[in-house]
Amino acid sequence: MSARPSPATAPTEALRAAPSIPQWARDLRMGAKFAVTGGREGWVRLLLTAVGVGLGVALLLLTTAIPSALAVRHQRDQDRQDYTYGPQRPKAANTLVIGDADTSYHGKDVRGRLVEPEGPRAPIAPGLTGYPAPGDMVVSPALKELLDSGDGRLLRERLPYRIVGTIGESGLIGSHELAYYAGAKNLAPRINGWQTARITEFGPQQPARAESPDPVLLLLVLVVFVVLLMPVAVFIAAAVRFGGERRDRRLAALRLVGSDSHMTRRIAAGEALAGSLVGLVFGTVFFLLGRQLAGSVEVMDVSVFPSYLNPAPALAALVAVAVPAAAVLVTLFALRGVVIEPLGVVRTARPRRRRLWWRLLLPLGGLAMLAPMIGQGRTNGSFNEYLVIGGVLLLLVGVTALLPWVVESVVARLGNGGVAWQLAVRRLQLSSGSAARMVNGIAVAVAGAIAMQMLLAGVQDDYTKSTGQDTERVQMQVSLPRGVPLIPAAEKFTTTRGVRKVTALGTAELADRTWQRGKEPNAATQLTVGTCASLREVARLPSCRDGDVFVSTGGDTDGDAVKLARPGRVLHLDTSNGPDAGRDAVWTVPARLKQARTITGPIGDTSGGLLLTPAAADAQVNRTLSGSVYLGVDDSVPDAHEYVRNTAAAVDPLANAALWASTERSTQFTSIRTGLFVGAVCVLALIGASLLVSQLEQLRERRRLLSALVAFGTRRRTLSLSVLWQTAIPIALGLLLSSAVGLTLGVVLLKMVGATVSVDWPSVLSMTGVGAGVVLAVTLLSLPPLLRLMRPEGLRTE
Amino acid sequence: MSIGHTLLGLLESGPRHGYDLKRAFDEKFGHDRPLHYGQVYSTMSRLLKNGLVVVDGIEAGDGPERKRYAITEAGVTDVERWLATPEKPEPYLQSTLYTKLVLALLTHRDAADILDTQRAEHLRNMRVLTDRKRKGDLADQLICDHALFHLEADLRWLELTAARLDRLREAVTR
Amino acid sequence: MTAPPGSLLAAHGLRKTYGPTTALDGAEFSIHPGEVVAVMGPSGSGKSTLLHCLAGIVTPDSGSITYDGRELTTMSDAERSALRRSEFGFVFQFGQLVPELTCVENVALPLRLNGTARKEAERAALAWMERLEVDDLARKRPGEVSGGQGQRVAVARALVTNPRLLFADEPTGALDSLNGERVMELLTDAARSANAAVVLVTHEARVAAYSDREIVVRDGKSRDMERLV
Repeated sequence: MSARPSPATAPTEALRAAPSIPQWARDLRMGAKFAVTGGREGWVRLLLTAVGVGLGVALLLLTTAIPSALAVRHQRDQDRQDYTYGPQRPKAANTLVIGDADTSYHGKDVRGRLVEPEGPRAPIAPGLTGYPAPGDMVVSPALKELLDSGDGRLLRERLPYRIVGTIGESGLIGSHELAYYAGAKNLAPRINGWQTARITEFGPQQPARAESPDPVLLLLVLVVFVVLLMPVAVFIAAAVRFGGERRDRRLAALRLVGSDSHMTRRIAAGEALAGSLVGLVFGTVFFLLGRQLAGSVEVMDVSVFPSYLNPAPALAALVAVAVPAAAVLVTLFALRGVVIEPLGVVRTARPRRRRLWWRLLLPLGGLAMLAPMIGQGRTNGSFNEYLVIGGVLLLLVGVTALLPWVVESVVARLGNGGVAWQLAVRRLQLSSGSAARMVNGIAVAVAGAIAMQMLLAGVQDDYTKSTGQDTERVQMQVSLPRGVPLIPAAEKFTTTRGVRKVTALGTAELADRTWQRGKEPNAATQLTVGTCASLREVARLPSCRDGDVFVSTGGDTDGDAVKLARPGRVLHLDTSNGPDAGRDAVWTVPARLKQARTITGPIGDTSGGLLLTPAAADAQVNRTLSGSVYLGVDDSVPDAHEYVRNTAAAVDPLANAALWASTERSTQFTSIRTGLFVGAVCVLALIGASLLVSQLEQLRERRRLLSALVAFGTRRRTLSLSVLWQTAIPIALGLLLSSAVGLTLGVVLLKMVGATVSVDWPSVLSMTGVGAGVVLAVTLLSLPPLLRLMRPEGLRTE
Repeated sequence: MSIGHTLLGLLESGPRHGYDLKRAFDEKFGHDRPLHYGQVYSTMSRLLKNGLVVVDGIEAGDGPERKRYAITEAGVTDVERWLATPEKPEPYLQSTLYTKLVLALLTHRDAADILDTQRAEHLRNMRVLTDRKRKGDLADQLICDHALFHLEADLRWLELTAARLDRLREAVTR
Repeated sequence: MTAPPGSLLAAHGLRKTYGPTTALDGAEFSIHPGEVVAVMGPSGSGKSTLLHCLAGIVTPDSGSITYDGRELTTMSDAERSALRRSEFGFVFQFGQLVPELTCVENVALPLRLNGTARKEAERAALAWMERLEVDDLARKRPGEVSGGQGQRVAVARALVTNPRLLFADEPTGALDSLNGERVMELLTDAARSANAAVVLVTHEARVAAYSDREIVVRDGKSRDMERLV
């Protein structure tokens, strides 16, 4: 009988060899049908997959929308620009005088403008329909809300204008931006070429020239995208495998009724496809929800309007095609190690120990791709984008390849401990692969984020200038517009709550010739006016009485002080800006000059020149002074900074109060770092959610066992702890590995841009901290269901 | 199966003629083997002699079928004791048990009690057999197992019957 | 009502409802030290609920349960858990062995829950496995042993703490008759030699025949068959 070939097998073999496209379609369709008709269990599985894929898709869409959002923001910002550095122009029917009255409140920036239209055709700022009358203001919705609330009490005092309207969306760069335009009178004399100006239009003076992209910046952007999208991909891969074991059992049943193994695989792929298609729909919904939500949140002073977040159509289409395709591929790949037999599922992969060598090849390959670019930096031309992306990808994929091996080999060696520990370790030993798979996403996200933060922190040094400010002596500085009487203003600060010390100095430039356009003076020096006490902050004075005049020397910028300070000599004050613009103002060097020695002043510089006590300064001098009040502030007084700002605003609306910091960060990098951190946290939260889902699924499957364990007196604490260990061990290993890979990648990237290599521990700690937080959150959230499952009702089955 | 106890039980619901007794017996328990008149007479005379029944009255005419019997106090007690005593667990006793059940239902006694009593007796027997089996050799084990499986079958029948007692009551008292 | 004199565990007037279903409706129970009592009854009669109440896993809605002179129903969950850990043992039909622990680790688990050191616990576990003739399976995982072997491992685990009371819920329910009887023989022998009382819930008469006494539960009411004979 066996000699005769069975006629039935021959055509089957032929079919198997080359499944036709209709057959593929039929099997995929069948799988999709199973996914939706699988009863409650099937629905739950479909839903889990769809939510997972949906979250991933939403994140992808959001990521693709970020460039456009930033572009729109940038455009809005450009459109409302008031260019104050232009040439002075005469008052006309189409001019507007605008003054920059920015302030900040409780750490948030407030964009403020004083406006005075000078004719019927004065340019209208974006988002406005007209200008408020003097004493009135139009505000952004967020500012209105703040001023109306109790939190805004101090700001209300600072902005004593009547609110007559709100600024439209086109005039704002974010839903939470604080901004106002206040009507003002008599602004024209305040025109100074930088803070206040007469303008005829809003917007960039010349079409903003696209800056040739800084290769380092480009590198940063490329890596940020790879770093954020990799974990999403890992996450989607994990999501289509939700409930895989139950699916395998169903497939075994299919084999029993006669489908061959290839068909079974295609049917499984069809199930995944259905899940990911529903996931696409979910993702779109999540994205739209997230977009609305994005309008209501503010992250580190950056908020956007939902309308900004429009993914580029091409990228959105790519997502729509790539995600389902990836789902099918991942499923086929996952089933590679599984033999589905009619009577059950046999896992062929389990007995084989994981091998290290090919897993190591991936990160090493990544390093090899990046290595040639080491030292190219900003000076030696640009980086090869493909090598950068490829290298970073390989390194990060290397994490996902290495982690299962690490988890397996570490867990196999984990030994004694309490019962909770034993339960967790044994469970991990039995299924280290699935544990590692769940953690992969977190590991990749953390590795990428650490590397990025390191790179940014390193590069930031190049973009960070030391301001030289000495925050021990002075904590705040108020710059007074030219012409504001210095001494009365200083008085007001003395009585302001929270102020310890007031140093008021007014400065002007003195030269040997008139300050006329085109004719630069030959010699110039600085003139500083202040009380004896204030002057002692910039120079060592032998003795001081009001009326004294000093020549201070010995500093870096003495200028031509000694040359110019000859008794009786007539010197010219710089009047190229300000109320006396263009008029010549002179000051005669008095007969009696005292000598003084320059010391390091409050701004950290040592500048000498002529020092005048108030009585020595005549009205001419006072009119040209630019005053600065340096304040020592008692930070323990609540809202001390706000009181100072309020006093500044009361002295003059255009007075600018600034908080001192010892360094000034390049804001560009601060926002990238913040964005990266926020993105990484979001990705981690997403992965935490999927961890939770699979944790709960696992707990449900073990309901009977849990009840039995409770029956013989297992403490809840023991089981809860074992759940904690079960999550914590793989995540701890994942964080270790990802820290190592992240630091390596960070070092390589830093070397690539030629920056000093230093480990940015705060970011390593904060990223691993967030990872650890995810473990804790997952454990805590799975405790209530665990305790519920541990109730004896679980025994009451069958 | 005790015909005497059965007939006594049938009399509990009220005095009957001998002929009525036979008909009632045949209808409820006879099935394929109706009672002979002779069996009725001889049984009744034995019961009469033992004081479990009395002659309630004689109708005109001759012959034992004219006698009307009634149960005595002693007769009721006798039925009671019989119903409460479990049968020795042995094969094919369901006909006796069935008779007892029907009689109990007819006389409004607790039929479930009869089943439970029998069940307890069966299980006691099974315990003895199980014990012997544990201590005995293979031959003992095989013999005991045979008996155990039969007893188990009976026990299953008892359980099933207990679950269907309400339906049986309906059928019998209709 | 006080517990019958000399009883180890006694319950009186137990009532328990799960939503609309009444699982127990005034059930009674008592067991003496070293006694094996079978609890029988049709499925859904409440026999498992009775076992859960007696073992302090479930608190009855009303009624009293005294174990060794102590009232179980007023104990806190922690106290009852401690009691179950130290004084009671459990064998269920299935799903009770932790699949990722080896057999000997499973048997040692109750001892370890009581704080015994791992080595010592596993030594004791191995001794019990020897008595139940499954010591050769010590290093295997539950998934690699047969149903009968698994149940014997479970019995070893139930007895490893030397409990005074063993609760067995359909311990042979998933086994064929030969394996089932072997498990019952070993279980009752081991329990008797350790002087542990056994509450044996079963619907099989031949399993119940290993007991000293039988209780039948019907519609949430219990019936002590001993008093009928």
